[in-house]
Amino acid sequence: MSANGTALDVTAPARVKPERARWPLRLRSRGAVGVVMCLPLIALISGLVAYPFFYSIYLSMLNKRETTFVWLDNFRYLTTLDTFWTVVQMSFLFTFLAVLWKAVLGFTLAVVIHALPVRGQRVWRGLSLIPWVMPLALSSLGWWWIYEPTHSALNWLLMLVGISPKPWLSEPFWARFSVVLVNIWYGTPFFMITYLAGLKSIPQELFESSAIDGASAPQRLRYVTLPMLKNIIAITLLFSTIVTLATFDIIRVLTRGGPRHTTHVFGTYAFELGIATGDVPLGAAVSLFMFPILAVSAFFILRGIRRSTV
Amino acid sequence: MLSRSGRRKATLLVCYGIIGLFVIFFLFPPYWMAITSLKTNQEIEGLKGIPLLIQEGATLQHYRDLFAKTDFLIYFKNSVLVTVPVVLLSMAISVLAAYALSRLGFVGASVLGTAVFLVYLVPDSLLFIPLFKIVGNLGLLNSKWSLLLVYPPLIVPFCTWLLIGYFSSIPKELDEAALVDGASHLQMLVRVFLPVAVPGLIAATIFAFTVSWSGFLYPLAFIFSSSEQVLTAGTVTSLIKGDVYHWGGLMAGAVLACLPPVLLYVFLMDYYISGLTAGSTKG
Repeated sequence: MSANGTALDVTAPARVKPERARWPLRLRSRGAVGVVMCLPLIALISGLVAYPFFYSIYLSMLNKRETTFVWLDNFRYLTTLDTFWTVVQMSFLFTFLAVLWKAVLGFTLAVVIHALPVRGQRVWRGLSLIPWVMPLALSSLGWWWIYEPTHSALNWLLMLVGISPKPWLSEPFWARFSVVLVNIWYGTPFFMITYLAGLKSIPQELFESSAIDGASAPQRLRYVTLPMLKNIIAITLLFSTIVTLATFDIIRVLTRGGPRHTTHVFGTYAFELGIATGDVPLGAAVSLFMFPILAVSAFFILRGIRRSTV
Repeated sequence: MLSRSGRRKATLLVCYGIIGLFVIFFLFPPYWMAITSLKTNQEIEGLKGIPLLIQEGATLQHYRDLFAKTDFLIYFKNSVLVTVPVVLLSMAISVLAAYALSRLGFVGASVLGTAVFLVYLVPDSLLFIPLFKIVGNLGLLNSKWSLLLVYPPLIVPFCTWLLIGYFSSIPKELDEAALVDGASHLQMLVRVFLPVAVPGLIAATIFAFTVSWSGFLYPLAFIFSSSEQVLTAGTVTSLIKGDVYHWGGLMAGAVLACLPPVLLYVFLMDYYISGLTAGSTKG
């Protein structure tokens, strides 16, 4: 275009003027086309995300029969329930433990796969992603069967090595352990794949020169790998915090929040109240408790991404 | 002191050991599901021998029963009927928006770009209750078509974002030249951008398919009758009958329902991974 334009400038100066005069119009129509092309997206976001969000705030301030406006009574009522505080505790515990272990295991696996000869990496990376690819509700069903106490594999394996069988899903401690374990199983591949992509983006010369300077493997990890991956690690952690806090499938399938509400997280408890027992406003209020954490994480993710692109 | 190559071998051995443990952990559940679905009921209930192997002969009975005695095929059909239009709709919206956002600078484009990213971070468990009311008000409660409405918001933001990345890598000279030749933006999108961005389109389509096929919360909340239910929620809720769990049948259902996304992954692994890592490395 520019070559074409300058050629025109030299050979036919008379054409320059109309070309310039056309610019504003062309810009305007270009913008108009852009807006039109984005209309479906804008409709989708405003109608099915923004509107439901505000509607959710409105709903959370109605009474159970949705006839009167009760301001913050639902939120106040929730804070008087012991069950609600159990849910809050479990949501944070679940998110913290699961994200921590997924990050540690995902990082370990990424480093180990990265150390292999390039030829062999593809197979192991491919196999490691299987948990992430299976629909979570269905693999949770598989785990439900694994945890079955008398006829299934896990307790059989424990007994094989001389450990007494465990009541995986029927006792609070083990039920919490079990649902966290399934989340780790499901999410570690995601951490592995992002960290592996990060590792591959580090220039190989950095490792080589630090090795020549006599840095040991742990030192290289501490002073080269981790600083180079700082941003990716942070973004992945925050992103996973959001997804993990919003967990639903695993807990709904494995325990339905039981025993005695000890494994409920915000999502499953909101479902229990809002859909299963029909108190829509109270359910909406429970969901909204997730929002501040999501908003803070989103803010820092956005900042991290801007930083890495600038 | 080991020699240099000896140390290298020892390191590799340790690496393979660690990877082996991870792979056993990752693949045990699908293995256990598959093997259970092929065992006879007697073998599942008996506690003899090693349960990790099939010892009394494999059977396809659970799969036959799944087709003959349950609503599995209805769920399967419903999943297909929902997933195909959801993927097409989401891709159409994403392609248009990604083209506009990457090429046609207009007022508010950067705000919209940020909004798309934020919407991508909104999980299904945050908004399913207001959506339950909205779907109800539209008269779509207990209909699989409600999913055509609620799935695209989970899909479009990521796909748009992914495609913006692919479109931005196309040199600007190319479209300027095409525009000078009198091509409209739509023609250019179809003739220039889409062919170049095929890998991105494949990655986005896989993502759309997977989200739509795997969705569990929305169908569980919005659909109650068997005739309208999709695979995930249908397998979990209605294949479990009574107090005696039919583990063989249940696992057969889960295995078959997992198969489409897993097969897609096996054949298109590289596209899948490039889509998955696009956000973290490019972003």
